[in-house]
Amino acid sequence: MNAKRIDKIATGVLYAVAAFVVIILIALLGYILIQGVPHISWHFLTSPALAFEAGGGIGIQLFNSFYLLFLALLISLPISLGAGIYLNEYAPQNTLTGLIRTTIEILSSLPSVVVGLFGYLFFVVQFKLGFSILSGAFALTVFNLPILTRSIEDALANISDNQREAGYALGLSRWETVTKIVVPAALPSIITGVVLSAGRIFGEAAALIYTAGQSAPALDFGNWNPFDISSPLSPLRPAETLAVHIWKINSEGIMPDAKAVSAGASAVLIIAVLLFNFLARWLGKRLYKHLTAE
Amino acid sequence: MDKIRESLLKKSVASKIERRGKAISLLCLALIVGIVFLIFYFVASRGLATFFQNHINVWQFFSGTQWNPGTTGTNGQPAVGALPMIVGSFLITILSALIATPFAIGTAVFMTEISPRRGARILRPVTELLVGIPSVVYGFIGLQVVVPFVRNTFGGSGYGILSGTFVLFVMILPTVTSMTADALNAVPRYYREASLALGATRWQTIYKVVLRAAVPGMLTAVVFGMARAFGEALAVQMVIGNATLLPHNLVSPAATLTSILTMGIGNTVMGSLQNNALWSLAMILLLMSLFFNLVIRYIGRKGKLSHER
Repeated sequence: MNAKRIDKIATGVLYAVAAFVVIILIALLGYILIQGVPHISWHFLTSPALAFEAGGGIGIQLFNSFYLLFLALLISLPISLGAGIYLNEYAPQNTLTGLIRTTIEILSSLPSVVVGLFGYLFFVVQFKLGFSILSGAFALTVFNLPILTRSIEDALANISDNQREAGYALGLSRWETVTKIVVPAALPSIITGVVLSAGRIFGEAAALIYTAGQSAPALDFGNWNPFDISSPLSPLRPAETLAVHIWKINSEGIMPDAKAVSAGASAVLIIAVLLFNFLARWLGKRLYKHLTAE
Repeated sequence: MDKIRESLLKKSVASKIERRGKAISLLCLALIVGIVFLIFYFVASRGLATFFQNHINVWQFFSGTQWNPGTTGTNGQPAVGALPMIVGSFLITILSALIATPFAIGTAVFMTEISPRRGARILRPVTELLVGIPSVVYGFIGLQVVVPFVRNTFGGSGYGILSGTFVLFVMILPTVTSMTADALNAVPRYYREASLALGATRWQTIYKVVLRAAVPGMLTAVVFGMARAFGEALAVQMVIGNATLLPHNLVSPAATLTSILTMGIGNTVMGSLQNNALWSLAMILLLMSLFFNLVIRYIGRKGKLSHER
């Protein structure tokens, strides 16, 4: 009798706790979308930011975010693919490998501000790259490498050994088996991992403040020569991203409509992250179907 | 005849490709490991300069309460007391973990034990999505919602430890919840069946069996959340007020290691005491993240042992 009543009370409490958390989470998402979405317009998404007047957009910041994301993935994907392949296919099971795994885990748990500071010290100051897209892309690479390596390693580990044995039986070398059989088979989960990490990179700000810089100089979108400093493609120009922009105008902004702009920008960020999430799931499923002929 | 002999003695193309491929992939791995060591080397070399080059007393650095590098404090020494930031960081980390843990465990239990269907369909995707929300967005909402709320309810300016705690609570809640749910899901089904077969109610099963079996996993989740809270920079910096004073209550402006770092590093000259002192703060962050990592590994090892026994 008593135990039953306690059970009822506990169940009620658990319902209440779960409901409370759901309300917080939904209120959070709802707040951002309700505050931000009305502010999103074509003008807002394409025009440059204004520092002292209302009515500015986030065009350059949005472009910078995507460009940085692209560069960071371009650098980090091959490296983490190689590292993932070595860890899963070649590395012997010994203390050294364990130590290497620990090191990668430590890297993935470093606060992103520390990664940013390292980027500042190493790329901006030591290599004299200045506050630039390139420094930012390298910092994001450092930030992304451990996560991507981990997900690629997991993806490879999920491929059954039958596939590898089939490769060896055909007289392929280990490397050929990996590149021709295992990696293609793992491609759906690798791509899912890449897109998910893209969502993380897209919203990262702390690692970029002191590497990609906090200013977004005007860009000449007619000039696609990457060596020209006013070209959008120039890797040596400072580039404030969307996330950094939100931080900047809120912490030291003099912009009169900072609240509206950050609400709009936050909504854009959230929608982008949402899209990356759905894209990851959809692409993974689609590719899996395509490759397995199901 | 000679041709065959030659081809047998020489390395085949395939084996050359094999060696090259292996070398390339090893190189990639070495690069990542190298980066980690570089990070530690660079941050440590700068951070230790405060003590070796500028001859700041280590004890004074960790116990001093005045932070204004470049000026001298009341004792005639440069004012580099990091205690206010250290206290601030630990306070918001511990407080937010304290608030988040019961909610996270409650939600995770609901997700896995009470209503697995709704848990899998609604709660799971929503929490996983919230893990991915950028921290500046949390900071912005903190600034727009939490700070005015704290100001109107508890008085003061609204900026301070309490606002930081609330923001971090919401930030780490999804992480801790989804990791706790994983831990609960990993408890074998027959534990529950055995308990129910003995006549235990659902709550007794949850409380006496499932939660206890999942303790290592839940601890890992909480420590993971704490590590995230400790290293979080921008969201906290936006709501904490950034006053390097020892917090005497929860609603007065305070500072954390990360917030002072983000504010200061761009305004100081490389190699100066002001700059080196900031790097020392970064070093503390690095060491704490290492510490959290060790704790997680320790819990993991212990947890494995207790299951095997």
